[in-house]
Amino acid sequence: MTEHNVCDLPGIVARWGKDPANMVQILRDVQESCGTIPSDTLDQLARLLGVPRVRIEATASFYHFFHAESHGAYEILFSDNIIDHMAGKEALKQYFCERLWLEPRKLSEDGLVYVDDTADIGLADQAPAMLVNGYAVPALDHARLDLIAELIRAKKPLGEWPPMLFEIPDNVRLAGPLMGEPFAPGAALQATLARGAEATLAEIDAANLRGRGGAGFKTATKWASCRKAEGEALLKKHAGPPQVFLGPLGGEPSEARFSGGDHYVVCNADEGEPGTFKDRVLLSSHADLVFEGMTVCARVIGAKQGLIYLRGEYKNLLEKLKSVLARRREANLLGRNILGEQGFDFDIEIHLGAGAYICGEESALIESLEGKPGKPRNRPPFPDRCGYRNQPTVVNNVETFACAAKIAERGGAWFASIGTAQSTGSKLISISGDCQRPGIYEVPFGVTVQQLLIDCGAEDAHAVQVSGPSGTCISYREFDRRIAFEDLPTAGAFMVFSPERDMFEVARNFSHFFAHESCGFCTPCRVGTSLLRNTMDKLAAGKGSAYDMHEMKNIMRILQDMSHCGLGHTAANPVVQTMEKFPDAYEKRLKKLDFEPAFDLDGALTTARLITGRDDEWAHLDND
Amino acid sequence: MTKTCTFTLDGKTIPFEEGETIMEAASAAGVYIPHLCHHPEFKPHGSCKLCTVNIGGRLGAACTNRAADGMKVDSETEALNADRRALTQMLFVEGNHICPSCEKSGNCQLQAVAYHLEMLTPHFTHFYPARDIDASHPDVLIERNRCILCELCVRASRDVDGKNVFGIGGRGIKSRLIVNSASGRLADTNMSVTDRAAEVCPTGAILRKRHGFTVPIGKRLYDHHDIAEVPEAGLKEPRRD
Repeated sequence: MTEHNVCDLPGIVARWGKDPANMVQILRDVQESCGTIPSDTLDQLARLLGVPRVRIEATASFYHFFHAESHGAYEILFSDNIIDHMAGKEALKQYFCERLWLEPRKLSEDGLVYVDDTADIGLADQAPAMLVNGYAVPALDHARLDLIAELIRAKKPLGEWPPMLFEIPDNVRLAGPLMGEPFAPGAALQATLARGAEATLAEIDAANLRGRGGAGFKTATKWASCRKAEGEALLKKHAGPPQVFLGPLGGEPSEARFSGGDHYVVCNADEGEPGTFKDRVLLSSHADLVFEGMTVCARVIGAKQGLIYLRGEYKNLLEKLKSVLARRREANLLGRNILGEQGFDFDIEIHLGAGAYICGEESALIESLEGKPGKPRNRPPFPDRCGYRNQPTVVNNVETFACAAKIAERGGAWFASIGTAQSTGSKLISISGDCQRPGIYEVPFGVTVQQLLIDCGAEDAHAVQVSGPSGTCISYREFDRRIAFEDLPTAGAFMVFSPERDMFEVARNFSHFFAHESCGFCTPCRVGTSLLRNTMDKLAAGKGSAYDMHEMKNIMRILQDMSHCGLGHTAANPVVQTMEKFPDAYEKRLKKLDFEPAFDLDGALTTARLITGRDDEWAHLDND
Repeated sequence: MTKTCTFTLDGKTIPFEEGETIMEAASAAGVYIPHLCHHPEFKPHGSCKLCTVNIGGRLGAACTNRAADGMKVDSETEALNADRRALTQMLFVEGNHICPSCEKSGNCQLQAVAYHLEMLTPHFTHFYPARDIDASHPDVLIERNRCILCELCVRASRDVDGKNVFGIGGRGIKSRLIVNSASGRLADTNMSVTDRAAEVCPTGAILRKRHGFTVPIGKRLYDHHDIAEVPEAGLKEPRRD
């Protein structure tokens, strides 16, 4: 068993450079060694770091994986995506809890184990899955849960558990230029150095590479703007009348602003969109490609430091990634004077997230990297001019950097010859759900949904959720649509649903997801996502009416119009789209009434029943 | 200094200086845009979203978008006011706002904005959250049932008082006002009744004790004035008419 409650705070703080900007990492390490983040620790951290306690508490209470109360020696978190549910997650969780005589969200009486849910952990191809003390265990079934229950009863330390529990196959079903061709570490960098930074940027531009995180912003434009940001700062320092540089509005004060000296490369590996797991595979088996892409970017924009923000759910990849970085340092592909080029210094640090989907939004990610709650910033300015530590920063998706490395190696024209004119290159699609062969499919952009369904063995599919809950739900009538920025843009998720699936329950699962993941900063999203979830629950309880359907459309409009960031803008999509495309799933749940109150008279007596210990017929109101 | 740049707001020409937000320029020109988390003395925040305006076809908060020369902005449209009303209703149902028994009634900006937007009912189903009251401090009361998470107290304490008494803890709908002490009690912070943070709350969430009814209900600012006439005065000492 892990010995908890021995926490070398000064050591942890020193390891993170005594820098409050590393607060999320410091808190992670505290929890790793203490098992919790105790209240008095916050005071000690406040003293050690010279930061008000209230700011540390704000961060500590924001992230799902941080907790002040003990979660025992074993914290079990079941992945809660609809795909896990379809694979029997609820029944398995109940089975597991019964085996260990415990209730979810309640520490077992012997203080040994705690069970709860968590948002999708990036294993939809191997659902249902769970995290044990942060480490992923895929493909749960009764046998595996029996084994885990026994290991817990025997109080076996995690390190002594059979390694096969933690084995996670890549499940690459179709490989293309990114995953299918060998890559010699350093090849892209040598080509970049030979060509020069400007010419490399021109290749990225000619490739028409667009961001793989889903938004599809042109990578070369982002890099060029960030590269130029330095020029502007120098101009400000050395020439003519001072230019007005408008900093960010709001947020906590920051020391540095547009000093221009430091540029940063940030890799967004916070792959939190339910149903997406392609970055997991890229990082697990093609990390060199990703790190090399970051290094190419560093050369282009003139950065000395890179950061990779790895979602907390991918902690199992941490040691592997660290060893790749170490190997690259030894091979002089990172560090000082890379490949002998004088003054080309660059290194990469890994930061782990702590359970917050919103940190996939680039400015929330930067806030998290700066040790704060992951709440999106007011923009403009965008990170390319004012990002990490308010310095010019390129934030790109894992897959985007991998593509950039390939382009640097093989040229823009080669890349542009793949895919469509507006969506060049290949795309990694993470397929899960009702299909015979879930896994990673690397396909050229422009591929039809129908083709992907044939590839993965899902000819009878009824619906596909493209790009996760924030993406688009398409019905069998639209399977001729294409995966491309000009038709169906995607970050990679492709969740397949057969005709037996209840699309209402799919949307309800997503509405719970968004309500749980809203950061709470702005009114429309904070309240609207909860209103939406509550209304979906009302319908599920058989208490919905036509009025509620109308209300949900109204809430969607407010979310789209008024929200602070993309989470709120898209949070109602699954509900509204399934309502439009699968109206039967909703209508069969409605009471034939114009209006039905949400208030449950019988439900209001629950507390009284608990107090009196009664649950007989006479303790209930006639509820029909 | 004369302002040389202009933009139009609902067809009216508004002058501004470079760097000014739409909200700042509109306020200076005497045009009211509904808001709750904005206050002219503090850094823009952009969380309540009531001040959302149409900026040349794109929607954005007036308090966090800078004015640009020739920009066309619409604010007083039926659609925007309907959305603002819905946001105000959301703020009402996510907390526990019981105006008739609230010390701030008549001087409350949330209530006044609701009057201004002609909000007649809460519309949405109430959440009835369980929230704490903190009466530990001798001079200042925290009534979290009324907190709308505008962070004005956070900004006032951090940027004006230099104390960092307040912060926002939690996430999403569970976000809550927290204070800078291990006990979580206001009495254990260095809060003083003379702090700017003690008087900046737009609702009745942070109150000075023993001042609740100095001015009787019915004789308070927004009992007689629309908030558009006196947008910020409700934050200062209640005045008699």
